Amino acid sequence: MTAPVLEIHDLTVAYHTKPVLWDVDLTLPGGRLFAVVGPNGAGKSTLLKAVLDLVPLASGYVRVFGQPYADVRARVAYVPQRESVDWDFPASVLDVVLMGRYGRLGWFRRPSRADRDRALDALQRVGMAEFRDRQISRLSGGQQQRTFLARALAQDADLYLMDEPFAGVDAVTERAIVELLRELRDRGKAVVCVHHDLQTVPDYYDWVALLNMRLVKAGPVAEVFTTENLTHTYGGRLSILETAATRLLKETRGSARLP
Amino acid sequence: MTLLTVLLGCATVGAVAGSLGCFAVLRRQSLLGDALAHAALPGVCLAFLAGAALGLDPRGPLLLLSGALLTAWLGTLLVIAITATTRLKQDAAIGIVLSVFFGTGIVLLTYVQKHAADARQAGLDRFLFGQAASLLARDVWTMAALGGAVLLTVTLLFRPFQIVAFDGEHAASLGYPVRAIEVLLVSLIALAVVVGLQAVGVVLMAALVVTPAAAARQWTDRLGRMVLLAGGIGGAAGAMGAWASSLRSHLPTGPIIVLFATGLLGVSLLLAPRRGIVWGAVRRARNRRRVRVENLLKDLWRLGEQDGRFAGPRAISDLLAVRGAPRSVVEEARTDGYAAVAGAAVELTPTGLDRASRIVRNHRIWELYLSRRLEIADDHLHRDAEEMEHALEDDVIEQIDRALGRPAKDPHGRPIPRGAPAA
Repeated sequence: MTAPVLEIHDLTVAYHTKPVLWDVDLTLPGGRLFAVVGPNGAGKSTLLKAVLDLVPLASGYVRVFGQPYADVRARVAYVPQRESVDWDFPASVLDVVLMGRYGRLGWFRRPSRADRDRALDALQRVGMAEFRDRQISRLSGGQQQRTFLARALAQDADLYLMDEPFAGVDAVTERAIVELLRELRDRGKAVVCVHHDLQTVPDYYDWVALLNMRLVKAGPVAEVFTTENLTHTYGGRLSILETAATRLLKETRGSARLP
Repeated sequence: MTLLTVLLGCATVGAVAGSLGCFAVLRRQSLLGDALAHAALPGVCLAFLAGAALGLDPRGPLLLLSGALLTAWLGTLLVIAITATTRLKQDAAIGIVLSVFFGTGIVLLTYVQKHAADARQAGLDRFLFGQAASLLARDVWTMAALGGAVLLTVTLLFRPFQIVAFDGEHAASLGYPVRAIEVLLVSLIALAVVVGLQAVGVVLMAALVVTPAAAARQWTDRLGRMVLLAGGIGGAAGAMGAWASSLRSHLPTGPIIVLFATGLLGVSLLLAPRRGIVWGAVRRARNRRRVRVENLLKDLWRLGEQDGRFAGPRAISDLLAVRGAPRSVVEEARTDGYAAVAGAAVELTPTGLDRASRIVRNHRIWELYLSRRLEIADDHLHRDAEEMEHALEDDVIEQIDRALGRPAKDPHGRPIPRGAPAA
């Protein structure tokens, strides 16, 4: 038995004294399409960022392929939310996709012909080859999302973490992304997506994690994605837990490793 | 000190500030450059006082620039600290730090000029508005060396700077030390600002960081070209400003350089292809003209539908009466080759007939699409189609047409034309 793709143990994360995730335990086997589902403010994006070491952990640890993230980051690709960047940035589609290769390039090396070929291949796979020279501000929402996916593909990773890849995309792009995710899975890659549209979860994914500040349930969609569990997940914010935690953290502010 | 050396010095200042400024502008830190420049003033004065007290040459460029860099840095750290630890946002923090450092600088400057042994020759007031003519050879060499170092660093680290400026979280996920790169970038901007202080002055130095970058952005959509272009624009403004201020003695260099830089920005905003205001106006005017002409063709087609006679002459007055169009539109249609005019009569040419049939087809297919697929009420259809008929391209219409099964009539029962009718 190989190490699980992702192992999260007793994870707690707080932003500016506001607790976001509590005591999350989660183990993800390989070769699955995995959805993270929950209401707004449930900490879905934060969960991805915690795996990527982008936010400080208040407690717990994360293992990717059985190792700390820093040791395996070449095998992980991240697709942030589309709105997280300024699309008026002076760059062409190919420029952005090439950035997927920067992790391997180091600080000084220029992208080689092989890097360009990888980037062009990635654009081909998301159906964006003809847009390679287009300025990124002149893309539709769906095309921007595909550009981000191509950047991740160019990283040639084994685990893909995607924050709402279907947000604000057209129907054609949505189908193209689903096809792409399945293709990745069939090649033995693992994909974790923060997902908003509950209706499509059973169609698109194999496994699901129901999250609302703490992990409600995680497992195969058929077992876990039940009305009862969903009601439990979406049944209001955990106001008492939240208030209590805010008080506690205010008092201990400045100590510990909280930002 | 020859004029050429002064020009070179000012060109260096502009080039360094301009290229670094791209990163400041793209990361929305334009104001930070202003705070940096103002925060440098007390450093200049303190360095002068310290130099005098220690028996060094108090006007040595390295000494003064080190002092400037030190307080500029302190100011930046303070902005970051205020933003991180209080509820104040960055703009407020910048406002506070800028004014308090600049105020302190002015107090120290007044003190230096009253009390320093060598007061009159100190000439520190040139740091306020810049005085290129006061540059000595050693000043220019120092500026060139520091500026060259900054440009070399940007060239070597272009890709890390690019990825951090575009998407910091992605860069961090790849393992780039984003915080360290950001600190380095701000330090380089501080250095670029400090290098220019003697020539441009603390009050206006920020303009040389922001303006060339803003101008360059109008001309290109690629970061590498933008950095080069901003460097060029900044360098040109620096050289032209130094030259113009040398024509009359005691004309402060900083303001003149800023005026030149802003002039170049104005030209860019007006003339740059695609983004420029002039081209935008030209595009819109062309588009309005096209819509006018297309509407005229459509009206001719509709009149043809009424009496079954699409080709052949028709009275211009009848045609213009349909929507109250001016006579000049007929001329425009003639220029475009869509219509032939004979006296008081107008007639569609073969290309005009073809064009007219396409516009009417677009209009009616779009109405049908809205009505059947989107279930929009019949009385809302016309206004929408009136705009879309000019905007829809053939491939989209073809898709809709196929999806609707190549219908013969629109929702109002009028025929959808398929090509020009036989004459």
